[in-house]
Amino acid sequence: MINVGKIKQYSNVLERPLSKGKQEVSLSAFAFLFSELVQYNQTQVDNITELERRLEDAGYAVGARILELLCHREKGNRRETRLLGILSFVHSTVWKVLFGKSKVLSLGGVGCMGTSRLRVGSCNVGSLMGKSIELVKILQKRKVSIALGGYLVVEVRSVNDRLMAIKLVVGGLTFNVVNAYAPHAGLDEEVKRHFWEDLDEVADSLEKGTEHEDEYMISEKELLVNRFISIPKDMGAFNCGAFVAGIVRGVLENAGFPAVVTAHFVPVEGQHRPRTTILIKFAEEVLRREATLG
Amino acid sequence: MAPVVPRSGDAIFANVERVNAELFTLTYGAIVRQLLTDLEEVDEVNKQLDQMGYNIGIRLIDEFLAKSNVSRCVDFKETAEVIAKVGLKMFLGITATVTNWDVEGTTCSLILEDNPLVDFVELPDTCQGLYYCNILSGVVRGALEMVSMKTEVTWLRDMLRGDDAFELQLKLLKQVPEEYPYKDDE
Repeated sequence: MINVGKIKQYSNVLERPLSKGKQEVSLSAFAFLFSELVQYNQTQVDNITELERRLEDAGYAVGARILELLCHREKGNRRETRLLGILSFVHSTVWKVLFGKSKVLSLGGVGCMGTSRLRVGSCNVGSLMGKSIELVKILQKRKVSIALGGYLVVEVRSVNDRLMAIKLVVGGLTFNVVNAYAPHAGLDEEVKRHFWEDLDEVADSLEKGTEHEDEYMISEKELLVNRFISIPKDMGAFNCGAFVAGIVRGVLENAGFPAVVTAHFVPVEGQHRPRTTILIKFAEEVLRREATLG
Repeated sequence: MAPVVPRSGDAIFANVERVNAELFTLTYGAIVRQLLTDLEEVDEVNKQLDQMGYNIGIRLIDEFLAKSNVSRCVDFKETAEVIAKVGLKMFLGITATVTNWDVEGTTCSLILEDNPLVDFVELPDTCQGLYYCNILSGVVRGALEMVSMKTEVTWLRDMLRGDDAFELQLKLLKQVPEEYPYKDDE
């Protein structure tokens, strides 16, 4: 009994059926492997910029292949040609396949073009758990074109119990929706002051977000690759997220959206570990093309 | 004699955090490609992959022992079984068949029933001498060394090189007697 392996042999890698992508390995196996990747690259460089560049290169190779794989498997060989489409592909499809969950993405400004009509309503979805079909029916009846799930929520910020802001992209337009629950008359002055200050802050930050039209961010509380990594003090702002930035760049560039993608630590107040932000800055030509396409 | 160790790593694998195997496969591919670019010589790449695996193995054994509840194996036969059924399962989600034992019971083969390292992989003509999965042999060697077994782990058959299976040969060279590290507290 020599040949007990179950793997079928194919003369050519292309003949092999494409896996469904449901197979998994343990997180530790990946962490060990990634740690070797980092350690090996550390021996090949003498500064951090170089190290990040090498990790990014490794990621780029992964990104290029993931794009091909996912376009083939999930998209029926179609690939996104528009900026928002590809961004949505990155943060939903790619993120979900690679890291098991989709991710909100914050955008820089997207110019407001043309006119369109939008109905705004709110609906308590919590009580409709497990009744998504009914929900869809109601939404269709009321001509609601956006509902949680189907469109691109690019940022969700929950400031406190009373304030929440979400950013949506619908048909090329960016909407900032701030939901505020104002303190009622009987409440303490202090509470009211707090509320107004917070609201001011939210309003300010919305404006700041539109300064760079070509910049987009994916923010991750604990990036998978950074889970088991602690950066020695002497390595400064080195971020292993460079690998993920490379993946993103690989996907974008091979889809025809050249961009500079970088990973940064962003300290979070009251938390020991900083979050990682992947900053995407598209090349000028991409934005020019987008503008022409309208 | 009924062994008390878990004969399958299924339950452990189901309980550990997992990631998509494609991320793992492609990351490994990126590593191999980087090595090929940097080291140029295929032999050097084989060596480096084995070394990386060894580094992983000596760390991985701790996690294995902590999570698997496997106690001391009575003989090398049991060790091989545990690697094939528990170890590989726990980390890679695969199992192997142990076969081809020699008379002394010191050499055997693990035949992998699946191999997440090689999805999407084909060796170009320039890399025919490459043992693409050499990291795995390194891992096994490193892990066994930490439990006092000096082994030689080599790929006998490799489907990327045209064989009909992935066959990893384990050869027990010697059992290193455990020594108390007296010098630790000096």
